[in-house]
Amino acid sequence: MEKYLIMNPLDFPILTTVIFVPLAGIALILLMKQERTIKIAALITSIVTLLFSLLLYAHFDPRTPLFQFGESLAWIPRYQIHYTLGVDGITILLIVLTALITPACVLCSWTAITDRVKEFMVCILLMETAMIGVFCSLDFILFYIFWEAMLIPMYLLIAVWGGPQRDYASIKFFIYTLFGSVFLLVAIIALYLVNGTFSIPEAMFRNYPFPFQVWVFLAFAIAFAIKVPMFPFHTWLPAAHTEAPTAGSVLLASILLKMGTYGFLRFALPITPAASFAFAPYIVALSVIAIVYGGFVCLGQTDMKKLIAYSSVAHMGFVTLGIFTFTALGFEGAMLQMINHGVTTGALFLCVGIVYERTHSREIYDNAGLGKIMPVYVGFFGLFAVSSFGFPGTNNFVGELYVLVSTFAWNSAAGFLAVAGAVLAAAYMLRLLKAITWGREDKRPLQDLNLREVVTLLPLGILVLWVGLFPRPFVRVMESTLGHLLRQLQGFSH
Amino acid sequence: MMLLLPELAMLTFSVFFLFRSLVDRKETAFFWARVWALAALILSLAGVSAEGKLFYGAYQVDLFSQIFKVLLSAGFCLVIFMFGSQEEIEGAYLPEFFMFLSFSTLGLMMMASAVELISIVISLEVSSFSLYAIVPLRRSQTRQQLEASVKYLFFGAVSTGIMLYGMGYLYGVAGSTFLADILPVFPDFVFQPVGILALTLTMIGFFFKLSLFPMHFWAPDIYEGSANSTTTFIATVPKIAAVALLIRITMLAPAPPPQLVAILISLAALSMTAGNLAGLVQKDVKRLLAYSGIAHAGYMILGIISLNSGGGAASIYYIAIYLFMNLGAFYVVILLSKGGDNVMVDDLSGLSKRSPLLALTLALSAFSLAGIPPTGGFTGKLFLFVSAFKEGYLGIVIIGAVNTVISIFYYLNLVRISYSMDAGARPPVTLLFHEKALCCALIVMILYMGLLPFGLMDLFGRAF
Repeated sequence: MEKYLIMNPLDFPILTTVIFVPLAGIALILLMKQERTIKIAALITSIVTLLFSLLLYAHFDPRTPLFQFGESLAWIPRYQIHYTLGVDGITILLIVLTALITPACVLCSWTAITDRVKEFMVCILLMETAMIGVFCSLDFILFYIFWEAMLIPMYLLIAVWGGPQRDYASIKFFIYTLFGSVFLLVAIIALYLVNGTFSIPEAMFRNYPFPFQVWVFLAFAIAFAIKVPMFPFHTWLPAAHTEAPTAGSVLLASILLKMGTYGFLRFALPITPAASFAFAPYIVALSVIAIVYGGFVCLGQTDMKKLIAYSSVAHMGFVTLGIFTFTALGFEGAMLQMINHGVTTGALFLCVGIVYERTHSREIYDNAGLGKIMPVYVGFFGLFAVSSFGFPGTNNFVGELYVLVSTFAWNSAAGFLAVAGAVLAAAYMLRLLKAITWGREDKRPLQDLNLREVVTLLPLGILVLWVGLFPRPFVRVMESTLGHLLRQLQGFSH
Repeated sequence: MMLLLPELAMLTFSVFFLFRSLVDRKETAFFWARVWALAALILSLAGVSAEGKLFYGAYQVDLFSQIFKVLLSAGFCLVIFMFGSQEEIEGAYLPEFFMFLSFSTLGLMMMASAVELISIVISLEVSSFSLYAIVPLRRSQTRQQLEASVKYLFFGAVSTGIMLYGMGYLYGVAGSTFLADILPVFPDFVFQPVGILALTLTMIGFFFKLSLFPMHFWAPDIYEGSANSTTTFIATVPKIAAVALLIRITMLAPAPPPQLVAILISLAALSMTAGNLAGLVQKDVKRLLAYSGIAHAGYMILGIISLNSGGGAASIYYIAIYLFMNLGAFYVVILLSKGGDNVMVDDLSGLSKRSPLLALTLALSAFSLAGIPPTGGFTGKLFLFVSAFKEGYLGIVIIGAVNTVISIFYYLNLVRISYSMDAGARPPVTLLFHEKALCCALIVMILYMGLLPFGLMDLFGRAF
């Protein structure tokens, strides 16, 4: 246990606290009656979680590649299942991102959700518990329970509070994701029977026979590729993103999509290194296809949400591309892109939600020409839009640059195609931005952002510029863990 | 006397209602039934550590049998508490209904302890005959329930016949009806065709109770035709005893012979797939649950073929959680039709607005039946998969996993309709206090068995 897990140095179990504060909030909310108090309680709960996650970040030691803040309890001893939690350089930023996005989700639903507010907030907080739990778990069964537990509240978010086609979208989302997960479960059981334990770190770098690695990798790949989603498993994503309420789209885009790439980094690479090397060309090819294909599909969209949803397919292509080029730059770029995409795309969905509340339409034309009517809004929207296609000085530029450099070192053809995809991104995003700013001349009585909405967007806007101009603190946190992972992997590449 | 505590409790229960059926006072029947059922559950719990042999070794009381008796009386007790509507069954037959129900449970309890072929048959028949009698007891829909009862009778009789035929072979080969005597000679003939034939045919009788493919044809019609509460009982409680007996019989061999395993695996695969595929197109909730039960019978077999790898404890765990999640789903059906009619899937529309608690009970039961964490259905399935995988049956594990995905279509449909469809003109459902409490208890059990399985699992593991 000690060889990979540094026990929690604080005098309270901080990871358990971060995971279960939202659940405690739910328990309180269930007792409340008034909608206003419920909203405030949900907001306070999510902010307390954020504070705890920042405390976690402050105590995080970036020098060690091991898992920190470890907690371990026997849970089902008969099957060697433990309640083991830990955080390393890969997950620390994802946890903070989750804790940062959740208050934004509560805030953006303040007036948008009028029906069954209590249930809505319970779902959002349940999602937060499950999402943070996924990132903290170091036991396969614990991980799988959190992983699947996300399905139910997310399904409800889409099915109960979603758009007109919510029925179709929610079912498709649920079944697609479940289909991937059952193979993950079979792979987990197979690993358990080989290792005799469900511990995740124990399963890493064990030099399994190659055919076994191939099967396990394929099972992992189906589960994670659906979650990312990689081309051609992406078809659930536009439907779910478009039909979900704003908070649901934000959670999906910012955190849920990261589960897939996190899975590749945490499981596929260390557990099945040889198979990962063997399949890397295919994954890279699919990533490049996703980047270019996503870009072209975006060009043809007239629905703002759909456009941003498809742009996610392209952006997540960059992440998988970075992971499967196996360089330090590629890994760091992929991790940065995971965070950046979470911030930028989450913020874009928030922006669409804000304007949707005023015009009740997601069509670009209905929301066009806001430059003079809602200047503050267009200011924020412009920032997130240029950041989305990787304009220098914004966060995505740094991440995409890392990934592209790494890709060119690996294969220049893939690099050229990825660059072409990045140019496409500029084309569709600028087209959207142009339409939103100057697309129409007529005056409409639309309110500009109120304080609540500014507060929702501001932290994300600051992050966009911060990562873009000074990425060092973020890279520093992950360097040691990713470097360690890469060194371990190189031992397996013959 | 102490050894037979649970059985005696059930027997007293049924004798009590036998006499009550003579006097003409129906109004307190529910009250007394509930008190007795609760007392029987407590007595079964009290007798859980009993151990011993009775009737010249034909009746074995051990932790294994006592756990099953607790499960049986828990199921019985829950069914009695769920059955609260005067509309479902003619008031005049109420005492008889209770009497047969408890008599059937008595037979099932005896099945869990019987270790001799004749006593197995007798206890199986005691439970079956009581059920034949209560299937037609329903106030509305005369034609359907008669058809159901006749079908049930015929299927039951045929499967008993086949089972007796198989037992004849067992006796012929081993020269004894005691399982303990069959055990030593078993390895000699188990790999011969006659051994496989004898075992398979004997098991047919239990497959019928479990509604495993190909003995599943009765289930949908009988579920649809009999009263909601009767169905609730038939769909859950007898399956517990069937699992107990299947484990006992399979434990005869030190390792189950490969041919038998091949048969069981094919039946399990067919049962899961047939049940889930047929479940996809059902309109009647009870029929849907019947097909879901057929699919779950297939999952149960996974534990029975891997007894050497902890499959026994996994099977008990799964049947226990099946008891709670299935009762959860049926309870929603019972509460939704106060008039005792069948509930269509469309009748669930807008349930989350009409009764949030009921919708939550249904949703958790459905997710648990499908095997989604953090419900008990997932944990149970995980244990089954681990045991079967350990024995090397990867194929059936993958089929089981894929079946989870197939089944989610119709389970999710129940949730979808109750959460995202409009209620229309359907009235809100008001629940009484004890109904709410029962819903909460089932929800708690489903989550408890999903998240904290260690205590129960250790207990079940000690039974082997």
